[in-house]
Parts: sequence; structure tokens; C-alpha cells
Amino acid sequence: MGKLIGWIDDRFPLTKMWNEHLAEYYAPKNFNFWYFFGSLALMVLVIQIISGIFLTMHYKPDAGMAFASVEYIMRDVPYGWLIRYIHSTGATAFFVVVYLHMLRGLMYGSYKQPRELIWLFGMFIYLALMAEAFMGYLLPWGQMSYWGAQVIISLFSAIPVIGDDLTLWIRGDFVIGDATLNRFFALHVIALPFVLVFLVIAHIIALHEVGSNNPDGVEIKKMKDAKGIPLDGIPFHPYYSVKDIVGVVVFLFFFSVILFYFPDGGGYMLEHANFIASDPLKTPEHIAPVWYFTPFYAILRAVPDKLLGVGAMGAAIVLLFFMPWLDRCKVKSVRYRSGIYKANLTVFCISFVVLGWLAMQPVTETITFMSRLFSFFYFAFFAVLYITSKNESTKPVPDRVTS
Amino acid sequence: MKKIIALFMAAAVVLTPVMATASSGAHLYKAPIDINDKESLKRGAKAFADYCYSCHAASFMRFNRIAKDLDMSEQDVRDMMIHTRGKKGDPTKVGELMQVSMTSDYAKKAFGTAVPDLSLAARARGADWVYTYLRSFYVDPYRPTGFNNTVFPDVGMPNVLWSLQGLQEAKYTTVDHDGVEVEHLEGLELVQPGKLSHVEYDMFLGDLTNFMVYLAEPVQVERRHLGWKVLLFLVVLFGFAYALKKEYWKDVH
Repeated sequence: MGKLIGWIDDRFPLTKMWNEHLAEYYAPKNFNFWYFFGSLALMVLVIQIISGIFLTMHYKPDAGMAFASVEYIMRDVPYGWLIRYIHSTGATAFFVVVYLHMLRGLMYGSYKQPRELIWLFGMFIYLALMAEAFMGYLLPWGQMSYWGAQVIISLFSAIPVIGDDLTLWIRGDFVIGDATLNRFFALHVIALPFVLVFLVIAHIIALHEVGSNNPDGVEIKKMKDAKGIPLDGIPFHPYYSVKDIVGVVVFLFFFSVILFYFPDGGGYMLEHANFIASDPLKTPEHIAPVWYFTPFYAILRAVPDKLLGVGAMGAAIVLLFFMPWLDRCKVKSVRYRSGIYKANLTVFCISFVVLGWLAMQPVTETITFMSRLFSFFYFAFFAVLYITSKNESTKPVPDRVTS
Repeated sequence: MKKIIALFMAAAVVLTPVMATASSGAHLYKAPIDINDKESLKRGAKAFADYCYSCHAASFMRFNRIAKDLDMSEQDVRDMMIHTRGKKGDPTKVGELMQVSMTSDYAKKAFGTAVPDLSLAARARGADWVYTYLRSFYVDPYRPTGFNNTVFPDVGMPNVLWSLQGLQEAKYTTVDHDGVEVEHLEGLELVQPGKLSHVEYDMFLGDLTNFMVYLAEPVQVERRHLGWKVLLFLVVLFGFAYALKKEYWKDVH
């Protein structure tokens, strides 16, 4: 065994990589609950890729056959229903863990110097994930697939001058049709998974270059022992590999409860109207995006002008990219930051959840008013952060991590 | 951090009941269904074969799947459901999809619209909707078929179950709506009894709805059975994973 590894090591840096990324990668010893979601996101990505490969073996990307092929998977393919529900539940799980992972970053200042690039790679992962989920949702070719895609693609027509030609180019047809389904299939199963995997690798390489942040926002590399090992660091493997296995099992428990007992997610994961085959002549009464897009959809609906609405929706995502520079406070963790920051972050999180709920409601005056109010709170987070973080009154940060 | 979690939970508790009531339309009766009751499903399959399946297809479903899932022999299913022949004149095979011979062009001439496939109707509309819809036909001389429906106004389908249910008529009251007198539908009244009593008819519809819920997702009983085994396995695995973590972490201070 040792000889074989030696033979490989002469030709490929196997042991070197194992040590750099696992056995001698020193992670802070005070990771808490919030630090499970990174490894969970990676696992969900693998689940989605594997279940997706099996789905492509039976799915037909053809406007005349797509809907029936999904039901064929659900009924005639052995355990096809399981694979399909794993993939549809996995989409929701992906966004749940990614949102919690991002919130962790906001709480403990994980986007700050020297981790700006980790945050940027992460934001690009989030963007690619949204595109991946949107294109995947067209594939079952149900009513909500069709009309949801219709609404989202038509947003591009708001762009002045090139808008109409751009939407035509995206659809490949004057309406959503077979051409659109085929290209979305190609992008969903080949192009975007490639981009996602590449970005995830970049995200992890950048992380392992600078080292992990922690709930105290203390740089463990500042305090090392005689051997050059951080005093508050423990090797990722075996300590965090065994700890993450516990997280994985707990996650899979909740995942299985949804998968086996609530696969529709009450109509929020598999929408009821999506059990009707797409019909270009019948618009569903109420078109709502799947839950993970709803906060941004609420911001879009809150703005009366279409172009400005699209702009606001875009800005809601783009602003997150600039977090490392909008937040000028030197202290990383929320534990040692001012009450203003704590209140600001809390209002931001509540706004995000409330906006998500608002987008699922039919438009009324009250709903529109609330959407505007909470959109304002959402954007106010960034403004307040930029203004108050320069001279924030913070608590003293300890030299070593607390437990 | 605990405060943030608490706030999220508070938001979830406040929002959940609002979400539950947000999508309610017309009043729907609760469908009396039990997906584990195979006798009810068999009666429902018979009702579906006798009253629905001559016009409506269930074209994602195979006949022999019903035999397998409901503990029936393939011959039973053949006798109950298959009365058609293929293009060459040979009887439709039990492994085939449940299609119908009515074309959508013919349906458009006869009913003004294509007849929807019922494979997924109960998942698209919900069991309570299907159950209430089938109870809510009434005589309406202004409709081409002579029937209308309170749940699905101006529906193309006539009440094919009228011989069982009897005939219902709508009761109207006149209400003053901003100075204009508007007829308001008060309820439905049985004016000519059918073969079944009110209670028997509701049970008949319960069985039929039950079968349609099964039809929409034939695997659902198996899914729930597999579910608890997976969950049990994960609980046991958690014990081992947690013990392993504890063992490794005892030297971290």
C-alpha cells in the first residue's frame, strides 16, 4: 500500500493534496452549528449530480414527450420516483443550506479581508445555482414550468433597445417551445453543472489558502506553536470529517422526512399547477415562482415600472457581491460588533423571509405596500451598513477563540 | 445568534397559518378517503372504469399496475376495465397505458373542449376539489349539456353520475348589491332522487376520489413504507456517528 502511494506520489501530488486539504488543514476548533452548511452544500451538489445523471437516462427533452417522460419516470422506471423526488427535494435543500451558509458568512464576517475572493466565488456559485434551478424547473414541462419561464424570460424584454431581440435569442423561438426546452436541458445538465463544480473548487482552494474564519472572527494563524501549527487549530481530518458526518446524518433525516412524506412541499416545491401539462393557450390564474426565488420576485413586483423593477431585483443580488467593501468595520464576528449591526442584520433577515412570503400572495394594495416597505428595509441594510460600519463602536476581540 | 434563530422561528409561527388560508377559493368538502383501504380503492377503480374511463383517459397509468397495487388478478382488471381493441383488432393488452379512443377533435365538437386526462387530476386539483366537484352538478337549461357546476362554472362535462345522484337544482336568493338586484346562489337541492341515497352517493364518491388520489401517485403507499425504514436507519446511524465524533473530540479542549 505504502509502495503504491509512493509510486503515485512520484507522479501526482496525492499525499501532498491530502495533507494540504484534509489531514494538515488546520481549522479553528470552535466551529458551531452554522459551520455544517458548507460541507452539506457540497454533499447536496453531489446528490443532485448523481440523481440528475439517472434522470437524464429516462427523461426526454422534447416538447411533445417531456411531461409524459417525467410521469414515466414516476410510474414505470424502477425506483424512478425515488430518484425524481431526491432531485426535486434536493433543489430545495440546496437553497436551504446555501442561504444558511450565506447567513453564517454575514454573521461572522467571513467575507472580510483576507476572504473577499471566497465570498465572490461563493456569490458566483449562488448566481449559477439560481440559473441552474430556473432552467431545471422548465424541464418537467408542466403549466408552472412553462408560465414561470415565460414570466422570467420576459423580464429581459425590459432592457431598452436590445430587450426584444435578447428574449428571442434566449427562447430560440417567438414563444417558449421545443427550442427553449432543448437549450435549457443542455445548459441544465452540461454547461451550468460544469460552471458550478469549477466555482466550488475555486471556492474551496481560496478557503484553504487563507484558512477558515470562525464564530469569534479571530485569525488563528496569528498564534502558532513551535511547530508552526495554530494553537486554536485542529486538523480538518479526522476532527471535522467525523463531526460533519453527524451533520450529514441529521440533514439526511430531515431531507428524508420531506422526500418520503411531503415530496410536494405543500405545493411550494412541486406546484399543483405543474401536474398539468404545459398549455401555451391557458395561463394559470396565479403564477408564483418556486419558494427560493420569491424574495427577489417580491422586490420586482414592488416597483411599478418594469425596467426599474428588473433593475431593483438585479441590484438586490449584485449588492451582496460588494459586502466585503460595503462593510468597513474591522471586527468580523457579530459577537463583538455594535447593537446597530445586530439590529441591521436581524431586520435584513426578517425582510428577506417576509419578502419571500409576500411574493406568494396575490397582489392586493396591502401586499404591494408591504412589499415596498420590506424592499426598502432590504436595501436599507446595505446603506446603513456602509454608513455605520466606518466608526462602529465594537467590543474588544479576544486573541484566542472562545469555546 | 440564538436571538436570530428565535426570531426566525417566531416569523415562521406567525406566517404559517396565513399561508394555509391564503389559497382557499370556494368552500370544499373534505373528501373521506383512505389510501390504505384497498377495498375502497377497488370499488373506486370499478366506478372509474364504469363512469369516467369511457371519455377520460389516464394515459400515464398501465392497467396491470392497478392489478399489482390493489391485489387483483390481471384477468379481473381486464374484465373490469378493458373493452377496447387495438388497431389490428386484437384486444388491448393489460400492460398498455390507459388511453381512450375518443379524439380531441371529436371531444371539441361534443363538449366544446378536449377531455382532460385524469392521471394527475387529483394532484393538480386536490382530493377535496375532485370530491366536491362531483357533488356539485345542478340542472341548468341554459347549458348545452343541461348541467352546470358550482365548483367549476360552465363546465363542459354533463353530470354522468345523475342516475346515481339524482338531479339537483340551484336555489337562488335575490340580494341587493349597490342598488342592483343580483341573484345569489344559495345552495343545491335534490329535486329527483337517484338510485343511491345521499349517504350512499357520498360513499361512492369517496371511493372514486380515493382511487383518483391513488391514480395520481400510485407509489405513495410504498413511498411512505420505505420512508420510515430509511428514517429508522438514519436514527441508528446517528448513534454511531455521534459516538465516533465524541470519541475523536474528547482530546480537544
